[in-house]
Parts: sequence; structure tokens; C-alpha cells
Amino acid sequence: MITAAAQEREHYLNASYGLKSWLLTKDHKRIGLLYLATITLFFFIGGAFATLIRVELLTPQGDLVSSETYNKLFTMHGVMMIFFFLIPSIPAVLGNFFLPMMIGARDLAFPKLNLLSWYLLVVGGLFSLYAMLAGGVDTGWTFYTPYSTTYSNGYVIATALGIFIAGFSSILTGLNFIVTIHRMRAPGMTWFRMPLFVWAHYATSLIQVLGTPVLAVTIVLLFLERVFHLGIFDPARGGDPVLFQHLFWFYSHPAVYIMVLPSMGVVSEIISTFSRKAIFGYRIVAFSSVAIAVLGFLVWGHHLFVSGQSLYAGMVFSFLSYFVAIPSAIKVFNWTATLYKGSISFQTPMLYALGFIGLFTIGGLTGLFVAALGIDIHVTDTYFVVAHFHYIMVGGALMGYLGGMHFWWPKMTGRMYPEGWAKLSALVIFLGFNLTFFPQFILGYLGMPRRYHVYPPEFQVLNVLSTAGASVLAVGYMIPMIYFIWSLRYGKEAPANPWGATGLEWQTSSPPPVHNFEETPVVTHGAYDYASLMAEEAEVG
Amino acid sequence: MGKFQLFPVQASTLAPEVDHLLYFLLAVTVFFTVLIFGAIFYFAIKYRRRSENELPHVQHTGYTLEILWSVIPFGITMVMFTWGASIFFTASKPPNNAIQIYAVGKQWMWKLEHLEGQREINELHIPVNTPVRLTMASEDVIHSFFVPAFRTKQDVVPGRYSTTWFTATKPGKYHLFCAEYCGTNHSGMIGWVYAMEPMDYQNWLSGGAAEGSMAETGKKLFEQLACNNCHKEDNSGRGPNLVGVFGKQVQLAGGGVVTADEAYFRESILQPQAKIVSGFEPVMPTFQGLVTEEQLVQLVEYVKSLGPKPGTGPVDNGQKPAPKKSSNAGSTPANR
Repeated sequence: MITAAAQEREHYLNASYGLKSWLLTKDHKRIGLLYLATITLFFFIGGAFATLIRVELLTPQGDLVSSETYNKLFTMHGVMMIFFFLIPSIPAVLGNFFLPMMIGARDLAFPKLNLLSWYLLVVGGLFSLYAMLAGGVDTGWTFYTPYSTTYSNGYVIATALGIFIAGFSSILTGLNFIVTIHRMRAPGMTWFRMPLFVWAHYATSLIQVLGTPVLAVTIVLLFLERVFHLGIFDPARGGDPVLFQHLFWFYSHPAVYIMVLPSMGVVSEIISTFSRKAIFGYRIVAFSSVAIAVLGFLVWGHHLFVSGQSLYAGMVFSFLSYFVAIPSAIKVFNWTATLYKGSISFQTPMLYALGFIGLFTIGGLTGLFVAALGIDIHVTDTYFVVAHFHYIMVGGALMGYLGGMHFWWPKMTGRMYPEGWAKLSALVIFLGFNLTFFPQFILGYLGMPRRYHVYPPEFQVLNVLSTAGASVLAVGYMIPMIYFIWSLRYGKEAPANPWGATGLEWQTSSPPPVHNFEETPVVTHGAYDYASLMAEEAEVG
Repeated sequence: MGKFQLFPVQASTLAPEVDHLLYFLLAVTVFFTVLIFGAIFYFAIKYRRRSENELPHVQHTGYTLEILWSVIPFGITMVMFTWGASIFFTASKPPNNAIQIYAVGKQWMWKLEHLEGQREINELHIPVNTPVRLTMASEDVIHSFFVPAFRTKQDVVPGRYSTTWFTATKPGKYHLFCAEYCGTNHSGMIGWVYAMEPMDYQNWLSGGAAEGSMAETGKKLFEQLACNNCHKEDNSGRGPNLVGVFGKQVQLAGGGVVTADEAYFRESILQPQAKIVSGFEPVMPTFQGLVTEEQLVQLVEYVKSLGPKPGTGPVDNGQKPAPKKSSNAGSTPANR
């Protein structure tokens, strides 16, 4: 019950004012919002590049931009979206904000390190962005050698240096989460009482801490070869170009799970809340996150089936890739089973979560196609792969991110977003996404290679469909941007627990007080115990 | 706008095999998609929240369902794995009766050369119903030789030979793409494969203004570069006699053997010190930067043409006639 007195209640947003109070904050919630602003900016920049790509591809000729510019566009799109939007997205914004709250902690284990990791992302992102806009890079986000070391004239090293810097942001965030989960759980918060969002972030953090250093090393080697002409990757200097691909994908394949695991965590929270039921097979879903993180490190070679790695290496990597499909399949089945005999309501977060399952299922199942050696020969480096990974990384990761944003927006800001508009935008995004990327599966199987500025005219119909979808998608992304900002001032005031969710973050006021909880919570039951929650609420009155 | 199609034409022996696997995968994935989406829609409607205070009571014990929906999908994926791997295995092993063609990728064109000496740029003429083996090299960055109608793709990595093969089944004109991003004009590195009736192919071969076969061109080069000063056919040179060496096991100085294949010849020209034949001094200078990939394949083809001549005696000091490993015969450097 909000009274005039309660409205003046101190919380993390009004406890202090001024630029300094934000730029030097050690509050994980404020740092989460700093990340939110940063990655939203990077997302719209990356989106602008995507728009130009899609408009160029309306016609088979290269008539909007030159080939050189087109190559820079898809490079910048990939670099911005992957390294500066998707990898930080859920962990840095929602994880930062809610992971401590969900385990009943006052903050992350290392608040100053947390602030440092935000600065690293900002510096890295702006550095890469400047390098790409000033000089341009045309290597693709994959930086394959020897093109990137010897033949490209762009600002390869400057761009890669930005990624190198941002990598430390990722490592420090992962480290912070791991220590926090181990050391800062509230009394009674045992490992198997933790929300699945926390489990997913634990698994993600393992990848960030173990995988990202390999990317850093790879970038250093790239630097040594490009600047000092050491023969590491360039065969003309005695190097091996395929070695680069091994090193690059050793990080960049697990990086896909950095993007999608947190999203799976979000979806678990949402499905449970809006079905008012514990996640079916909680422990299996928790362990499947860890299994994905571990197995994800063993499958990088499936990016190299036609690159000239040995026949038998290809077979081993294909075999292992099918292993990693199983924990993902388990999650999808278990979410579906959670709905069984639930009490299901369809607010916006739930629409996004169901949308996630739909798109992730298609993305995951098409992963079975590219993992099959015989089919991968044909579809690798075509639009089939482009469609596949967008279904995982946009359909999966981004739908989860938007679902989570809607789910926790009331907690973060103390305001409700407008439900009608939000449902509409969820629908628009879902339809726009499918119209954009489904035709690309067909395009790819027909043989249209990726990264083609000019293409044969028989591919035009499908490209026009895809571009039409992209414009729908662009509108879909603009709507939440507008109403989220609108709601900060005009949105209904949010109660502490608008969804009837069980997580600890909902047991404190919206927006939360500076130290999250008035007193340290004591946990007495599992993560999704709706019966106890409703009994407590009935008692309170 | 061009004509609209859903599936690419099948124009090689591999194409229907790949497509059959695709159909199987489509069937499986459509089944599971319908199953999952159907269940979600059904549950969503049947179990929609009817009152605000409703509390579902469902006990979930045991792991029977989870085991079921891990084991069954795993079994199905193993079928996919085995099927896919067997296609890949076939696609990676060129048959011994394949005709040999060389390809060199460079920014941004494909150069092709037939053994008979015909050279083409961004066009490849081949006979149908005949296995064709392509040995490929790159002058600069990684390229990828991709013919969608044949369902074949192979990266062409600089510094080594890559191999692919196919048997065209239908005369026609098919897209050739570079599938690995290779710089500014990547999307212009395209061409056509012309599959022809064998008779037409023979006519085409004899019609061109070839300057002699690849081996002949290679021989001229061999003499121009003065290779023949040391690699003499009577075993008197400072370098090994190359007659009949191709495909044999060669004993190396300091132990070890190597199969004398295209990759070994290429390496020995560019990095002569890498693997010295037993009994010889490391005196050969490198030809790195002096010969192009195109010239290299001509030299290689010349050395290959120096088949074993009866009665010429031992061709290699210290060589024992080792049994050929069958899996390596006709194998390609990229596949070892």
C-alpha cells in the first residue's frame, strides 16, 4: 500500500544524485543500469549496420554501397552485436542487478571490480567503434587469417584491441559472479534452492573465465603477426592459417553459450512464475546448464569441417556436437512440461519466453543439420548458417533478454510498462524475426554464400522477403525502446511483487533499497515454492 | 527477379545423398517442432489461469521422463551423425579413376588447368559421369570452392593443397562460388561449371589453343629453373632422381619416411630443407617467391608424369619398396 510517506522511501535511485554518484557507484544495481544504457546504444548502432545490409540486399546488384563498404558493414554489425551487445547483455544488465538479490546478498563480492568491468566495456566498445568508423575493418567478425594479418588494409588491430579490452570486462564479471555465488548466499540459500537464473549465470561465468583468455591470446598473436610479422598464421612466413580458426572458435563457440545460457536462465524464471509452478525437473535443468558449459568447450572443430582439418577430427567434432544438443533438448522439454497442469497467464514476459522456446527450438534443431558432416559441406558459409545462428543468438538470446527486461522492469524502475503495447511489440518482433530469417534457411540451402555483396538474381525473392521482415523487426525493437522510456515517468507504480513470483528479489520493495533488503533474508524453501509464498501472503493479509 | 525455387538442382552423385539426409532431418525436426509447439499451445489453452488464487498441485518425482527424452533424441542424433559422417567420408575420398584438374584461387578469380594444358578462368568444363578430382591451391588468402548443384565445398587454404572431387550427373551450367570470405570483391569471385557429355568434353579439350600438356609445360619450367642440373635421371645428380618417385615412400635423412605426394613435392620446392631425402646434402635453395602456385602444380604434374620406367634401377637412395597404405593411395594432402 503506497502512502505519501512510502513514496519518499529511500531506494537505490534516489539515495544520491549527480553524475558522480553514477559514474563512481559501487552499487551493482546502478552498474546494471549503466550497462543497460551502454549496451542499448551498441545494440542500436549494430542494428543500424544491419539495416543498411538488408537494404543493400534488396537487389542483386551492389547499388547502395560499394563492396568495400558492404564488407565493413557486416564486420561492424557482427563485432558490435556479438562482443559489445550479446556477450554482455543479460549477465551484465540483469545478472548484475538480480544475481545478488536472488541469493539474498547486499552486492556482488567485488563491487569496485564490477565498476571497473563496466568501464572496460565502455572503453573497449568506443575504441572498436571509433576504429571501425575512422578506418573501417573488412575482415568479418571472425578475423580469419591470413586475410586479417596480411591482406586487409583496415584498422584490424585497433578493432581487435577494443575486443581485447572488453574481454577483460567479461572475465571480471564472470569472476565476480562465481565468487558471489560461492561466498555470499543468504542463510538457508543452499545450491539447490538457488533460482535457475543463478545456475545459468554460474555456468556462463565458467565459460567467461575459462574461454575469454584464449580469445585474448589469439588477439595478441594476431597483433604479433600483423605488426611484427611473426610467422604464426601466415603460411608465407611458415605459419598455419587454420591454427587461427582453432584458437578463434575455441573461444567463440563457447561464446554462443555465454549469450544463450543466461537467456535460458531468464526463461526458466519466467515460465515458472507465469505457470505458478516449479520448473519441471529443477535439478536436471540446473545441471544441463553446467553440461552445456562444459561440452561447449569440446565442439569448436565443427566450424572447420571443410577447412582442411583431418577427416577424423571432423568426425569426432560432429559426434561431440550432437552431445551438446541433448542438454538443450532437455531444457526445452522440461519447460514445456512445466506448463502441464500449471496456472498459466500471458503477460508480456511469458510471451517472450514462449517466443524464445519457439525460436530456440528452430535454431537448435537446425543445429542438427549443420552438425551433420554430409549436410555441413553444402550449407557451411551459406545463409543457412546465418539463419541458424540468428535463430540462436537473436531468437534465443535476445528474446530472453527482452523477456527478462519486461519481467524485471517493475523491480528495476518501480514502474510498470504499458502491457498492451508490450504485447503488441512482442508479437511484432516474433513475426518480423521469422520473416527475416526463415527465408535465409532456404537461401542457404539453395547455395547463396554469406558475406556476398552482389548475388545471382534467382536469390532475389527470398532476399526481398528477408528485408521486409527486417523492417518489421526494426519497428518491433523501436516500440519497447519508446515505452520503456515513457514508463519511467508515466508508468503505473509497481508493487513489490507484481507477478506473484517467488524469488527473493520480489520480497523487497520496488525499486529496491540501496542494500537490497531491509534485513538479510533467511531462506527456508526451494526456489519455486508457490504454495509457501501464497500461504505467507494470505497470512500477511 | 529470377525464378523462385525451394531446392537446388541435383547435378552430382553426391547431391541426392546429401538431399536424402536433409529430408530425414527435415522429417525428424518437423516432427519434434510440431510436438513441442503443439504441446505448448495445448497446455497454454487448457491450463490458462482461471482465477487469481489458483495454485497448481503437481508432484514431479523420479527422472523417468527426463531419461526418456534424453535417450530417444540421443539415439536419433546418432543416426544423423553416422549418416552424415558416411557421406562426408565418401565426399573426402576421391576414387582412383578420377580425372585430375588443378585449381588456383586468388583474389578474386578461379584459375583452372586441365592436365591436357587447357586453362580457364572462372569457368570449369568437365565431363558428366566421370569422377573429377580437383587439387587446389591459393595464391593469397583462404578461398572456398563451392558448387551448390554438386553439394561440394572445400576451403582452399594457402600453403597447402586441398582436394575435392565430384561426379557430375547432368549436363548443364552450374554456379561456382567462393564461399570463404576473401576480401573486397569476394562476391565477384564466382563462375560457372559446365558439365558436358564426355564426347563434347573431348571436343572441347582438343579445341582449345593449349600450349602443350601441364606435364610438358612443367618440364620446360623444370629446365628453365635448372632443376634438371641436380635432379638427374641417371642418379648422378646432387639431388634425388625423381623418376618414379610419385606415390612411393621416401626414406628421410635422420629417420622417418614420407609419402612422395603432391604436398611433399610442393613443400620440397618451397622449403627444401624441411624433409631431406636420406643420402643427400641439404644444398637446394628455396624457390619461395620464384614460382607461382600455377607453376608449382605444373612442376608437380611433370614430376608425377615421370612414371617408373622399367629397368632404371633404384630411384631413391635407401628406399625400400614399402607397401602402400591403401587408405593413403590417391588420398589428398588435406585429408591426411
